[in-house]
Amino acid sequence: MNFLMRDSLTILIFLPLAGVVAMGFTSRKAERAIRWTSLIFSLAEFAFALLLFFKFSPDQPGMQFPEHIPWITSPLISYHIGVDGLSLLLVLLTAFLTPVAILASWTSINDRVKEFFMVLLALECGMIGVFVSLDLFLFFIFWEAMLIPMYFLIGVWGHGRKVYAAVKFILYTMVGSALMLVAILYLYHVTGTFDLTVILRDFQGGSKALSGTAQVWLFLAFFLAFAIKVPIFPLHTWLPDAHTEAPTAGSIILAGVLLKMGTYGLLRFCLPLFPQAARHFAPFISVLALIGIVYGALVSMVQPDLKRLVAYSSVAHMGFVVLGIFTLNLIGTEGAIYQMLNHGVSTGALFLLVGMLYDRRHTRLIGDFGGLANSIPAFSTFFVIVALSSMGLPLLNGFVGEFLIILGAFHANAVYGAIAASGVILAAVYLLWMVQRVFYGNVTDERNRGLRDCSGRERFLLAVIVAVIVFMGVYPKPFLRRMDWAAQTVVRTVHPSLPPHALRRAAHHPLEVKR
Amino acid sequence: MKDILLLMLFPPLAGAFLNGVFGRRYPKALVSAIACGASGLAALFALIGAWNYTRFWSPAALPLRIGTWIRAGAFRADFALYYDRLTLVMTCIVTVVAFLIHLYSRGYMEHEEGYYRFFSYMNLFLFMMLVLVTAGNYPLMFVGWEGVGLCSYLLIGFYFPKKSASDAGKKAFIVTRIGDAGFTVGVALMFWTFGTVSFHSLFPKVALMPAGWDSNALTAICLLLFLGAVGKSAQLPLYVWLPDAMEGPTPVSALIHAATMVTAGVYMVARSNVLYAHAPIALETVAIVGCITAFFAATIAICQNDLKRLLAYSTISQLGYMFLGCGAGLFATGIFHLMTHAFFKSLLFLAAGSVMHAMSGELDMRKMGGLRHKMPVTYWTFFAATLAICGIPGFSGFFSKDEILAAAYNGPLGGPWLYWLGTITAGLTAFYMFRALFMTFHGPSRVPEDLAHHVHESGSKMTGPLIVLAILSVIGGYVSIPSALGGSERFDGYLAPVFFSSEHFLRTTAAHAPSGGWSGLTLMGFSLAFALGGVFAAYWLYLKSPELPARIAERFAAPYRLLVNKYYVDQFYNWLIVRPIRVCSESFLWKRVDAGAIDGGMVEGSGAVTVALGGILRRIYSGNLRSYATWVLLGAVMWIGYILVMR
Repeated sequence: MNFLMRDSLTILIFLPLAGVVAMGFTSRKAERAIRWTSLIFSLAEFAFALLLFFKFSPDQPGMQFPEHIPWITSPLISYHIGVDGLSLLLVLLTAFLTPVAILASWTSINDRVKEFFMVLLALECGMIGVFVSLDLFLFFIFWEAMLIPMYFLIGVWGHGRKVYAAVKFILYTMVGSALMLVAILYLYHVTGTFDLTVILRDFQGGSKALSGTAQVWLFLAFFLAFAIKVPIFPLHTWLPDAHTEAPTAGSIILAGVLLKMGTYGLLRFCLPLFPQAARHFAPFISVLALIGIVYGALVSMVQPDLKRLVAYSSVAHMGFVVLGIFTLNLIGTEGAIYQMLNHGVSTGALFLLVGMLYDRRHTRLIGDFGGLANSIPAFSTFFVIVALSSMGLPLLNGFVGEFLIILGAFHANAVYGAIAASGVILAAVYLLWMVQRVFYGNVTDERNRGLRDCSGRERFLLAVIVAVIVFMGVYPKPFLRRMDWAAQTVVRTVHPSLPPHALRRAAHHPLEVKR
Repeated sequence: MKDILLLMLFPPLAGAFLNGVFGRRYPKALVSAIACGASGLAALFALIGAWNYTRFWSPAALPLRIGTWIRAGAFRADFALYYDRLTLVMTCIVTVVAFLIHLYSRGYMEHEEGYYRFFSYMNLFLFMMLVLVTAGNYPLMFVGWEGVGLCSYLLIGFYFPKKSASDAGKKAFIVTRIGDAGFTVGVALMFWTFGTVSFHSLFPKVALMPAGWDSNALTAICLLLFLGAVGKSAQLPLYVWLPDAMEGPTPVSALIHAATMVTAGVYMVARSNVLYAHAPIALETVAIVGCITAFFAATIAICQNDLKRLLAYSTISQLGYMFLGCGAGLFATGIFHLMTHAFFKSLLFLAAGSVMHAMSGELDMRKMGGLRHKMPVTYWTFFAATLAICGIPGFSGFFSKDEILAAAYNGPLGGPWLYWLGTITAGLTAFYMFRALFMTFHGPSRVPEDLAHHVHESGSKMTGPLIVLAILSVIGGYVSIPSALGGSERFDGYLAPVFFSSEHFLRTTAAHAPSGGWSGLTLMGFSLAFALGGVFAAYWLYLKSPELPARIAERFAAPYRLLVNKYYVDQFYNWLIVRPIRVCSESFLWKRVDAGAIDGGMVEGSGAVTVALGGILRRIYSGNLRSYATWVLLGAVMWIGYILVMR
C-alpha cells in the first residue's frame, strides 16, 4: 500500500488512462462491458480521490503528496505535481462528476459507444492533470490536451450545429491559450524555470522581479486565457452554443469542471504571480463579474431552450465566483472556492436532469413542456430540489458559497455586495419561472402524458446528488477547513503587507463611522 | 434545555421526511397520524421546555451551541440556539397553533389529492418556523426565514395544476426574496461593523456602545433587516404577495399567512430590539411603515368580496399594528398582539375554510348570507373572532390593540398622528369585519340553488380546533389587563427582561415629547367609539338597508373603483417593473447585445475579418513571379518614400 501514497497523484492522473487502454482491448460489440469498465474505473478513481481527501492534512500549508521528477533538461521542464486544498477539492469534484457523466450516458449514447467512453476517461485524465500540475509547461500540456477529447465529445456526439459549436469552443479557447503560452515563455525567459513553486519563491524572496509593465501584460495574457474559460462577460458566447449542442455528459463535464479551470487558473497563477497587477485590475474585473451576474441572470430568464437557460445561469454563477476571487480577502476567496464546487454539483445536476428530459421527449424547448409534475412526480421533485440549491436556498450547498462571497464582496466595496445580493433575487426569478412553465399547470401536450418517471439507476444517481447537495449545505466544515491554507496563501501573496493575524479578525468596515 | 429543544425540533423534520419520501405509499390515516403526532410532540416539548426554563433558568437568556456550520476567515455562524422568554412565548404560540391546524387539516384535506405532500410540507414548515424563532444568530435565523418561505411557496402552489396557484407561489417567493436580499446585506454589514452575527455576543456589544457613538452604520443595518421584515410580513410596498397567497389551501392561510410565518418580521424586530433601540431613526421607520400599512390595507379590505382575500388584507393591516407597537418603542405590545392575532386570525381563516367547505369552494360573499342557521358552530366561533379583532371589550384583541394604540400615543417614539391613524384603522377594521360577518352569516340567503341543499356544518375534526381557538381568542387577552383598567399588564412584565433595557434606553435618549395629556381610559374610549362606529355602519349598510352600498358606490364611483382595484398597485408594479425587465432582457440584452453585438459583431466579426485577411493574403501569395516582383517594387518604393519623408 505504500506506493499508493507515495505516487498517489500519478496514479490519480493515469488511472483513467488505464481505463482507456483496458477499453481499447475490448471488442466494440461488447457495449455492456465497455460501459461497466468505464464506470468501474471512474468509481475507483473517485474512491481514490476520496482517500486522498481524508489523507490530506488541513493544518499543513503548502503542497501535499508532491512528486518531482526531472523530465526534459533543456529547457528545464519537470514532472512536478502536488495538491493544496484548492486543487484537492477540484480533483474530488472531477472524480465525482465523471461517474455521474458516465451514468448519465448509460443508455442515451448508442453510437460509437467504445470511443465515447474512452474519450470521457481520457478527458478525466487531462482534467486531473491540469489541477495537480505545478510546472507551468506541464500545466499547459494538460490544458491543451484536454481540449481534444472535449472537441470530439461535442463534435461527434453532439446535436444540431455540433461542428460549429465545437469549432467555436476550440477557437475561443485557443486564442486565450496562445497568449498564455507566450506569457509562460516570457516567464521562463525571466526566471529560467517553469516550476511554479520556484518562480513564486523567487518573486516573493525578491531574487527575481518583473517590471510593472511586464506584470500588467503577463497578467492580462493569463487573465484572458482564464476569463474565456470561466467565462467572464463579454467572452461568454461560446458557452451557450457549446452547452446546447454537447451531449449530456459533455455539458456536465463542461459546466462542472472545465469552467472551474478558469477560476482555478486565476487563483493558482494570476493572483500569486502578479499580485500588483491583480490588485490594480481587481475593481475592473469585479465590475465585469457583477455585469456577468446580472446580465447572465436576465438573459437566462428569457431563454426558450432549457439548456441555454442553464448555460446562461452558469455565466451568472461563475460571475459570483470571479467576484469572490477578486474581493482579494479571505472570506470572499473561500466563498469563491466553495462556490466552484457548488456550481459543479448543482449545475452539473441541472444539465443531467435536462438531459434526462431530452432523452424522453427529444426536445429542450420550455414551451413544449408543462404540467410534468403530474406525469413524472419523482423527477419533478429532484429537479425542484436541484433548482433550489442553484438559487442558494439555505441548508443547501449554494447558500454557503454565495453568502460568503457577498460577505467578502461587501468588504471590498459595499456596492458590490448589494448588487451581488440582488443577483440572488434574479436567480429565483429565472429558475422558478422555468420550473413553473415546465412542471406546473396541467398537461397540455399529449406527448407529455405518458412519460416514464425515473428508473432505478436515475433515482439512485439523483438521490446521491441530492444527498451531496444537502451535506454540503449543512456541513461545509470539511471542505472549508481543507481550503483554508490555500485561500490564505493566495490572499497573503496579494497583500504581502498584511499583519499576521489580520485574516482571522474582522477588519472594521469603512462604513463604520469613527467614534 | 438543549436536549428538550432538539426534541422539539426533531419530530417535525422527521415527519416531513417520512411523509415526503414514503408518504405516497402510506394510507391517509398513517400520513395524518405521523404529521399530527410530530406537531403534537413539538408542542409537548415546547411546553416542557417552557416549564423547564421557568423552573431553572428564567429570566436569563441561554445561548446553546449545537455544532459547527460555516467558518471562513473571521466569520463564523454555528448551529446555535438562543432561549429566553421571547423564544418561550414564540415556540409555544407556534407549536400550539400549528398542532390545532394540523388537526383541523385532517378533516379539511380529506378528499384532496397529494394528502401526503400537504402534510410533509406542513411539518417542514413547522420545523423551519421553530428554527427561525430559536436560532441564536442571524444566518441561522435566515435559514428558518428562507425555509418557511420555501414551504410557503410549495403550499401556496399546492394546487399546482392551477395557473393562478403556481403564479401566486412564485410571486410570494420572489417578492419576499427582494426583502431577503436586504436582510443578507444587512447581516453582511453587521458582520463587518461588529465582527459578529450571533445574538449573545452582538447584543451586549451594541448595548455597551459609548454615548455619542455615531450610529449611521447601525441605522443602515436595522433598515436593511427591516427590508427583510417588510417582505416577509407583507408590509408596504412589498405586501402584494400575501393576498394572492390565498390560492393555497385554507389551513395554510391560517397557519402560515396569518398566525406564524408572516409574523416572523415582527419577531425579528423584537428580537433585534437592542439594535433598534440604538438606531431610533430605523425604529421610527418601522412605526411609520407599520401604521401606514395598517391603514392602507384596511381601506382595501372594505371593498373586498372574496372572504379569504378580505382576511388577507386584514392580516396585512394587523401586522402593521404589530410593527406600530414595536416601532413606537414598546416591543412587548407588538408580541402581545402577535399572540392574540395568532389565535383569532387563524380562527377566522379556519372558520372561513369551514364555510368554503360547505359552499363547495365558493368564497364570494355576495353568494352567501344567512349561513348562521346552517353552520352554528362556525358562526359562533367566527363571531367570537370578529369581536376579538374589532377590539370589543372582554375579547383578546381589545387588550392587545389598545396596548398598541396606547404605545403609539405614549411610547418613546409614539406621536399623535400615529395614534389617530391607528384609531381610525380600528374603526375601519370593525366595519369590514362586521360587513364580512353580516354578508356571510346574516340576512337573507343568496346561496345559489344548486349549492343551497349542500350547505352543512363541518365535522368534528374541523369544529373541534375552531372551538379551542375560540376559547383562546376570548381569554388570550386576560394575561395582560391594561393598567388603565386596574390591571398590571402581566404579559409585558413577563417580557421585560428581554425588552426593558432597550425601552428604558429609548425613553432616556430618543423619546419624543409626550403627546398631550389624555389618560389611558380616554384613549380606550376613543378607540372603542371608533370600533362601535364601524360596527354600527356595517349594521346600517349591510343589514338595515342593504341597497345603500350600491348607491354609495355609484355616487363615489372613482374612489370606489380605486379601492376595488386595490389602488392598482399590482398593475403598477407589472407595468413599471416586471414587463420592462422582461422585454428589455429579451429583445435588447439577449437578441441585440448577446446574439447581436457580442456574438455577431465581435466573435463572428473577428472570424470574418480573419477570413477576409486570409483572402487578401491569398491574393498576395499568388505563386505568380511577376506579381511578387510588383510587391517587392511597391514595398521598396514605400520604404524609400518613408525614409525620405521622415528625414
